[in-house]
This record gives sequence, C-alpha cells and structure tokens, in this order.
Amino acid sequence: MTEDDVRHALDAVLDPELDEPITHLGFVHSIAIEGADSPAAPTTVTVHLRLPTSFCSPNFAYLMCADSKDALGEVPGVGRVVVELDDHHDSALINAGLAADAGYLGTFGHEAERDLDELRMTFRRKAHTAAMERCLTALFRGNPDLPEEALGKVRLADLPTGRHTEALLRRRAVLGLPTTPDAPVLVDHEGRGYEPVEVPMALRRARATRISIDGNAHFCRGLLRTRYEGAGAAQAPRLDGAEPADHHHLLPLSALPFPAKEHQS
Amino acid sequence: MYTKDGEKYFIVDAHIALWDAREANLRNVHGKQFIDCFYDYHRNLSPESEVWSYDEYLYYGTERLMKDLFEDGYVDHAIFQPALLGEFYNNGFGQTEEAFALAQTHPDKLTYNHCFDPRNGEQGLDDLRRDHEKMKFKGVKLYTAEWHGESRGWKLTDPWTYRYLEECERLGITNIHIHKGPTIRPLDRDAFDVADIDHVATDFQGLNFVVEHVGLPRLEDYCWIATQEPNVYGGLAVAMPFMHTRPRYFAQIMGELLYWVGEDRLFFSSDYAIWTPKWLVEAFVDFQIPEDMTEYAPLTVEAKKKILGLNAAKMYGIEVPAELRLPEEDAAPATGPRDPAAADVADSPLATV
Repeated sequence: MTEDDVRHALDAVLDPELDEPITHLGFVHSIAIEGADSPAAPTTVTVHLRLPTSFCSPNFAYLMCADSKDALGEVPGVGRVVVELDDHHDSALINAGLAADAGYLGTFGHEAERDLDELRMTFRRKAHTAAMERCLTALFRGNPDLPEEALGKVRLADLPTGRHTEALLRRRAVLGLPTTPDAPVLVDHEGRGYEPVEVPMALRRARATRISIDGNAHFCRGLLRTRYEGAGAAQAPRLDGAEPADHHHLLPLSALPFPAKEHQS
Repeated sequence: MYTKDGEKYFIVDAHIALWDAREANLRNVHGKQFIDCFYDYHRNLSPESEVWSYDEYLYYGTERLMKDLFEDGYVDHAIFQPALLGEFYNNGFGQTEEAFALAQTHPDKLTYNHCFDPRNGEQGLDDLRRDHEKMKFKGVKLYTAEWHGESRGWKLTDPWTYRYLEECERLGITNIHIHKGPTIRPLDRDAFDVADIDHVATDFQGLNFVVEHVGLPRLEDYCWIATQEPNVYGGLAVAMPFMHTRPRYFAQIMGELLYWVGEDRLFFSSDYAIWTPKWLVEAFVDFQIPEDMTEYAPLTVEAKKKILGLNAAKMYGIEVPAELRLPEEDAAPATGPRDPAAADVADSPLATV
C-alpha cells in the first residue's frame, strides 16, 4: 500500500460539476498511511480534501468526500478510511457525517429531502453534452464543406480516434447510451436524435454548455491556486478550454507526476 | 463618462456595495470565510496593479467609494445592490444606512436598491412596505443562498416569494436583481440552477429580472431562459474581469450572450469593491472578439455604449446627456437568438487544444 495506490484509487472520484478527477484538480490536500508495514494492525488511510473556496456548494463537496471514502474502501489491504474536508463552511458537518457513515440524509438532516442522485445525473448529462460538442466541432472544423445539418447524421464510427472520442464514449456509457459504431453522435440524454432543421440549435446549445463547463473548471482551478500557495503543482493541465494565460501557472507537460494517458478525461 | 478614440461612453455601474467585514463586525467564522472568498476572487482576477491589501478590502468607507467610482472610475451613476448576510455579520455585510444616506446626498450619482427575504413572512412584508415608504427604491437585490435560522436557501418559486413579488408589483419596485449562491433548500438540488427565474419571469411580466453574474456558473441555462423571456436581463458582474486573465473565455461568454440575449439586455457591473470600475471600463472599450472566433459577430461601439450604461439608464430612468445617447429605439426587447446566420459550430482552433 503506497501513496500512489491511494492516489490511483482517487483518480476515479470526479468533481461532478467540472467533470474532472479530484486528483487532477489539486483537491487532494494530503494522504497519510498508517500501519502498512505491521501485519497485525489494520492499515489506516487518512485523506484530506480541499476546495477552491469555503463557499463551494456543500452538496458537491459532500459527494466528492463520500465518493472518496467509497473508492478508498475498495482498495485491497485498506482497513480503515478517514476522509476529511478542510477549510469549508460545512467542514464540521460533513466530516462528522463521514466519520459516522451517516450518508447524505444523516449528514444534512432537515436540509436534505431525498438524495443527490438527480443532482449527479444533471451534471453527467451536461458532461455528455459538452463531450459530444467537442467531437462534432472538431469534425466540422476538419471538414468545412460539410453542411451543418449533416452533423446530425454523423455516427460514432465516423469520429477519429483520440481523447475527445474516448471521452465521449465514456460519458455515453455512464448514461447508458449506445456505444456501438452505428449509433448517431448528436443525441439528447435519452438517446434521441434531431431532425436536420433542429441540428444547428442543438449544437449551439451544446456549445454553450461546453463553454460553461470549461470556463468554470479553469476559474475553480485558478481560485485553488490563489487560495493555497503551491497548489498549481498538484494540478494536471486541463486541455479543454485552455488558453495562453493558464500555462504560466502550470508545470511543463514533461514534469507532470501523472502518466500522459490520465490527462484524457 | 469615458472617452476613447473620439467616442463618448455614459457609464452606469449596475452592481456596487459598501460593506464592512472588519473583525468587530464578524458574527462567526463564516463572516471571515465569506470575505476571504471575496478577497480570493479579487486577487485571482484583478491585474496586479489593482490588487488591494487585505485590510483595505475589509472596509473602504464612503470617501474611497466615491473616489474609486466617480473620480477615477469614469462612472456616471452607480446602483447599490446590498447583501445582508445577517447570519455572518453583526451589523450585516452591506451597510444599509450608510449606503442609503450616501445615495440621499448624491441622488444624481447613486441609486439605492433594497433587499428582502421571503422567509420573514408577514413581518417581512410589513418591513418591505415601511422601508419602501421611507426609501422609495425601484429595485431589490435578492440573494437566494442567504442563511436564515435553519434554512440556508430559498427559491423564487416558493409560495412566500410570490407574495413578496406581488407586493413589489403593487409598490412599483420593478427591478428584481437575482444573485444565486451555493446553498438552497433542500440541498438535493443544484443551488445555482436558474430555472425558477423562468417561472417568475412568465408569471410577473410587469417586473424586470436582472440575473447577476449572467447566471455564472450556469451560463448555458441562463442563456436559454433569457432568450425566451423578454423581461430577463443579465448583469455582467464577475464575468467582466475575465477580460484580463482569460480573454478568450470572456470572448466566448460575450459571444454567447450577444447571440442568445442580445446587446439591449446586458448591464456593465464591476461588483465593486470585488473589482474596481476603472480598469474594467478601459479594458471593455478596448476589447474585441478575436478574429479567429469567426462564429461570433464583432462587438460594436454601439453595443459597448448600451452595455456600459445606456441599458441600465433606461431601466432605472437615469437621465443621459443628449450627446451621450444613441438614436432612440423604442422597440421592446426581442426574444430568440440574435444572429442565426452565425450559428455554425466552427470554433477557434485554440479553444479546444
């Protein structure tokens, strides 16, 4: 059991709103492993998370903490997991809920009505919309003679291989949308396609969603760097929506602590 | 007024504050967390030369406000949009009495907007009537993530909010500024969701709904609602300073807004003192959509004049000197996308590298 094992397990935990692993965003503040070399005692993993502001939405904050605890609990050899959220207006509430495995309802009590499933689903749908737009825009740019309406007929098999297509396939799988080569690319979250006349508006709306997610992601990353000195070193570059001013905050690609394939989400 | 290249711009700053976050006013740790969050916004997005010290930021007072806005900042008229935050600050965050008194002293330069919280029920309605009788405001600023006892948020579609909006219609408080925050009740939902604005804009067609931060971080949902509702406007607070740090992102925000909402329903706002208007006005007048973003129409001088002041002046009835006006347009704000011809999906090569 090493820090890398812990970090690798946390790679699976996404910020639902920004659609990126918390490990890439720099949200993992610290990792401590106790008892790994003593076979008698159970190994305890303690992870502290941090966010760009004290006032990040508590429901998203809770989801990332609870998902981290679940992900770490599945790592072979881990006995006990402690996840704590630092410097948030709800740190005390969320940390107590996590320690007691109280769940969302038990953690937030009267403020919680049912669950956070619908919230999570809303952002999975947005993530899919943005991934779809990136693929079609890239295709359109490479084929400027293609009439825009024709983008409604593009199938998954027509997309070039690469990180955009891989990301789209992952988002489709999460929503239960078909990932077979003959499946149309431009669909809503229930898999319905669009009539040719509806295609330009559907793309235009998808573009606004993509701009919004990319913009929020870069703003949140910037705020984390402002709040915690040196946090930039813990962030992997986000390629989507990057612009020149972002780069001076980040390490050169070659100096990053992550394997290159992990930057593809 | 700001002058550049022979063009004169009438400036209305549609979102300013006079706050007090000094230690003596902090009710609990959340007051400190809140101002620290504001300070990080300020430090993160301001040019280095415009960054204040932390102590200056906690309280700046009326003299500095007048100087930053009207002497240095080119502002002709500014509108107070108070945030109460009574659960975090002993005497509130926004300083109501001080701001109102300042607006009384300088009615030509300052407009005072008020606020209400629908969770105050009948008592709050009485307070609203009484405060309006005294202060005669035309607008209110609503913060849906205000903490209040055991509740930490509310929606515009809550039954009590309707009672308050009905009262606003009766009293002639026509300009409803809405600021979404991170908490809502129940917490199951997305607190930043702007869907409730769609409902009230349809049900209260005599009121103007100005969505602060143009819905950020839910720009896409805001655009979709505003494109369908002629009485939904957008305040550019928080969006503006991206001009400096991330100009290509700002270009895309403006491109989307001009396409979905149009140049007649957007207001310049510095969100003073989170940012100061001087550099924002200068940068916005100089700003242009990058040439390679061919999917967006250029930002015209006329659009800049409207956004920087003429739109808000029209809504608030602020007198604009004749030489600073544009030829009169009386048409009601249009709905629907503005430039369908530019609706191709081609985007800048840099935007997704």
